[in-house]
Amino acid sequence: MNKDRFSIIGQPLPKIDAWAKVVGETKFADDLVMSRMAHGKLLRSPHAHALIKRIDTTRARALPGVYAVITGHDLPRVKFGILPVSQDEEALCVEKVRMVGDAVAAVAAVDEETAERATELIEVEYEPLRSLMSIEDSLAHPEVRIHEYGDRPNVHKAVSLQFGDVEAAFAAADLVREDVFYFEGNTHLPMEQHSALAQWGADGKLTLWSSTQTPHYVHRLLSRILDVPPAHIRVVAAPVGGGFGGKLDPFAHEIAACRLSQLTGRPVKFTLTREEVFYVHRGRHPVLMWIKTGFKNDGAITGMHFRSWLDGGAYGSYGVASTFYTGALQTVTYKIPVYKFEGARVFTNKPPCGPKRGHGTPQPRFAMECQIDKAAEQLGLDPADMRRRNLAEPFVKTANHLTVTTIGLGECIDRVVEASGWREKRGHLPPGKGIGIACSSYLTGAGTAIYWNDMPHSGVVVRADRSGLVAVLCGATDIGQGSDSILAYLVAEVLGIEPKDIRVHPADTDLTPVDLGSYSSRVTLMAGNAAIQAAERLREKIFAAVAQKLEAQADQLAVGERRVFVRDDPERGVSFPEAVVLAESMWGVLAFPGSYAPPRRAGKYKGGGVGPSPCYSYSACVVEVDVDRQTGLVTATEVWIAHDVGRALNPLLVEGQVEGSIYMGLGEALMEEQVFRKGVHKIPSLLEYKSPTTLETPEIHTILVESDDPEGPFGAKEAGQGPLLPVIPAVANAVYDAVGVRIDETPITPEKVTKAMDSKRQGKPARVGPERLPVFRFPEARVVESAFGHPAEDIAVRPFASAPHPLPRGERVRGGGAS
Amino acid sequence: MMRLPPFQYLAPVSVADAVKLMADHGPEAMLVAGGTDLYPNMKRRQFEPTVLVGLRGVRDLAGVRRPGAGAVAIGAGTTLTAVARHPEVRARYAALATAAGAVSTPQLRNMGTLGGNVCVDTRCNYYNQSYQWRKAVNFCMKKDGEICLVAPGSPRCWAVSSSDTAPALWSLGASVRLAGPAGERTIPLSALYQDDGIQYLTKQPGDIVTEIVLPPSDGARSTYLKLRRRGSFDFPVLGVAATLHMDGPTVRQARIVLGAVASLPRESVEAGRLLVGERLTPEVIDRAADAAYRPAKPLDNTDLTHPYRKRMVRVYVARALRRLAGLPDEAEA
Repeated sequence: MNKDRFSIIGQPLPKIDAWAKVVGETKFADDLVMSRMAHGKLLRSPHAHALIKRIDTTRARALPGVYAVITGHDLPRVKFGILPVSQDEEALCVEKVRMVGDAVAAVAAVDEETAERATELIEVEYEPLRSLMSIEDSLAHPEVRIHEYGDRPNVHKAVSLQFGDVEAAFAAADLVREDVFYFEGNTHLPMEQHSALAQWGADGKLTLWSSTQTPHYVHRLLSRILDVPPAHIRVVAAPVGGGFGGKLDPFAHEIAACRLSQLTGRPVKFTLTREEVFYVHRGRHPVLMWIKTGFKNDGAITGMHFRSWLDGGAYGSYGVASTFYTGALQTVTYKIPVYKFEGARVFTNKPPCGPKRGHGTPQPRFAMECQIDKAAEQLGLDPADMRRRNLAEPFVKTANHLTVTTIGLGECIDRVVEASGWREKRGHLPPGKGIGIACSSYLTGAGTAIYWNDMPHSGVVVRADRSGLVAVLCGATDIGQGSDSILAYLVAEVLGIEPKDIRVHPADTDLTPVDLGSYSSRVTLMAGNAAIQAAERLREKIFAAVAQKLEAQADQLAVGERRVFVRDDPERGVSFPEAVVLAESMWGVLAFPGSYAPPRRAGKYKGGGVGPSPCYSYSACVVEVDVDRQTGLVTATEVWIAHDVGRALNPLLVEGQVEGSIYMGLGEALMEEQVFRKGVHKIPSLLEYKSPTTLETPEIHTILVESDDPEGPFGAKEAGQGPLLPVIPAVANAVYDAVGVRIDETPITPEKVTKAMDSKRQGKPARVGPERLPVFRFPEARVVESAFGHPAEDIAVRPFASAPHPLPRGERVRGGGAS
Repeated sequence: MMRLPPFQYLAPVSVADAVKLMADHGPEAMLVAGGTDLYPNMKRRQFEPTVLVGLRGVRDLAGVRRPGAGAVAIGAGTTLTAVARHPEVRARYAALATAAGAVSTPQLRNMGTLGGNVCVDTRCNYYNQSYQWRKAVNFCMKKDGEICLVAPGSPRCWAVSSSDTAPALWSLGASVRLAGPAGERTIPLSALYQDDGIQYLTKQPGDIVTEIVLPPSDGARSTYLKLRRRGSFDFPVLGVAATLHMDGPTVRQARIVLGAVASLPRESVEAGRLLVGERLTPEVIDRAADAAYRPAKPLDNTDLTHPYRKRMVRVYVARALRRLAGLPDEAEA
């Protein structure tokens, strides 16, 4: 890899906000304090499903220290939701509550204690309805409707897509396997609880500071919910203390803060308790899955048919997208010539599920990678070799019309196999110890916005002035992943200066160009490309001015070490600040925009908007486990992961993302359960909702593979979500290698392991997993021709692109990066 | 965030003053030492005392002393960290050092005290929840409600004894010194507990545990094993403490005490009896483990399922004894 052409890119630099975070200087939303600020508190429903007969706030309003109390009647009666197709939420429920934790009233008071006391004085009369707490319950009781809309009673969405003739593919197979899996729901568990501060100014304009991953979507929705023109609303995303998808929707506390500020004339702040964060949720969907795959004797896949049932919880949220995502990315890792997908999302009276790291794809990945492991055993193949031999081809389309560019998965498999000692260990470890492998792929940014438009997905303004300052303004939100730092590195690289010379101003809808938000692993690629474009436009003006001064040609100039100089005669040059003065003198104010929108590649079928991405990251993971044969406790002892990140803009940050993904994946594999009892979350606390600690985090060996993708900024692909995906099936496969039992559902708890080992001893199937599927008829499949193997369209065509690219970018060979 | 209810904090500097303040304020008052259990419980409104009598200012309560004849007395205000690290405790009372070091997290062990852990409130996942959560399930008899939600037909509360140090101290034969309005007295630690999730302590609320006294160790071997999902943070869902006095290779006296299977630490007398006069062979150990396992009746109110927790009693008792016998955890399959 041609690393020496970069000065900043590829360096293991600390994040630009590392020092502030370490010393406690960073101001998260809850750290914001304003004079005359009131404290807010929500009253939430204690019923899983009930009609609201009456709300009386008289006693709460009479409590000294209470400034205002509102109910849904004090807000415009408009339902909202993050997706245009699922407008089913109210900030404060008026007629009906659909889960324990639904908000029904809000208080602003002199302090949090008073606000809380006031919520206890609000009288709400409920008429309880039957609560539906599982997919089976909801399908069995269509007469009890949670929502009035949906494809069928209590069925939010049912979809069916078919790409080619799967029945013919099964007929041509040497082995056809049908397997059933269940993936338990789990939650994001960010360290920072959601917090928001609203100030409705005397000028009639509203400002909201919030711990949100999507200030732009919150901005749009606040306008609609509060019936205020968006031009009069400003949303600022405070630095977010962990998102993982949990801060992607507009929330009741944000809306209540705005309205209460308007009514009281005071800034109003809400910070949720940990328990409330469990109710707000939008986390991993519990998914029941059936997967049927045809294999040839050499392990080649002839076709796949996949069904998923998602337990959606009480509201739509991103659920329609989640449903499609459970079927979207199976085709991206291995050659699957024909493919059929059927999925259904069912409403239940539980906190709504939504996007969590890997959005809708870890569940099918678990099913698919465990099934491949089973098939490999039946076919007498090594699971790593079987995967290696059937890799998808780069720069072609998949059966479901996704365009894939570079694929570094082959190298990923080779490297983890070698590093882990796979060949020596597999099948040869002492009793109770085992090793497993799995692979995966993930989006580098969703190819479509959540609302239809022709505008950029990401915008950046780079500004410079005579002080030598370079400011980067971008709507993207740093949720700890380091997006602010990435913007600084990219602009520093283009301008030949240091990250410290740059200030990044993120996520303020008044000051920064729109970025859609920190989700779908899109920011590095989309905001990054926009930042490069903006910085190159600035550099072009600087070169013109410096060329005049030095009596050289602009195209002979180069940047580096805070100077602008003649490439072949580096002594001839000026310092960067001098260069900016020359440019400002020649051109006036220096402020340049960059815009990015992904190439338009969505498949021409309904649902084709979910899955396309500029490019896909790839990961291969080997996990070694130690299973206690008496207690069933599984300990992951060592993890090797190779991740095709396209290019590591900063390897330190990429490794951080990979390690965080492993840790989170191990929690999902072994411990985490969003479970309910008597209609309420059983364990809504950091103590009893079991998530691993540092003590449970094993030695992790991260290997970065660089495939230099032509779509990415300097070749980079995503790193924040993909590495989570293979961990979970790799653990399950390792448990099988260790003790010979299949745990076909997450989490792999000690009870399940001991139960499966008992079955094995008794000669019964050595498996714990779902035993039956719901009776459910999917809609007639929309049959579309498989696009498997079709060549990719020209990769350069995308809106707002600068052409030709002025920076020398190395040789790009089609197929480069594929191994 | 969750907020504390209002209360008055009193800070006596002597045990006598603390006893008097508790007597003066009656049932409205509670004692607090490290506060690691009480304050979170107050935030959830499991307790709503209007007066807290803080023991942190009573200096006499912290520290280790040797009252003579080989005994060791540990002040109730000694932090769990200090107990876990104390060289003499580690050398002579390994079960206690291990148990103290297994409580919660390092940060909480720096605040939490031995007396606090001995008296720690019983736990139940219907009870250790916020007021709003408990309201959603109509409350339980331990606070604000009428029935036991884990055993609705039962007249009593089944909250679980969740102390790590209590089973260890019980197995070591410890006693506790209490100070109350009627003066001081010393009782066996085993007499401090009763099998009721609400009234799990036999002492009066105004009695203060001032000291835990360990008898001479006399060469006894002891150990403590804790079942929990994570290596830190979690309360025990099963604790097994075992102390063996040996005559050469033969067991002279054995005390096996289970934690987190009932509302009090529970000694498995039968298991101990089966060991006396025997050598610690795998067969003898299995018989004792079986005897400890049979009567254990955990209920479905903690992490992990109760059938699993019961099953683990046998595994953990066997492991504790195997470790004391110098055998590997698991017989070779």
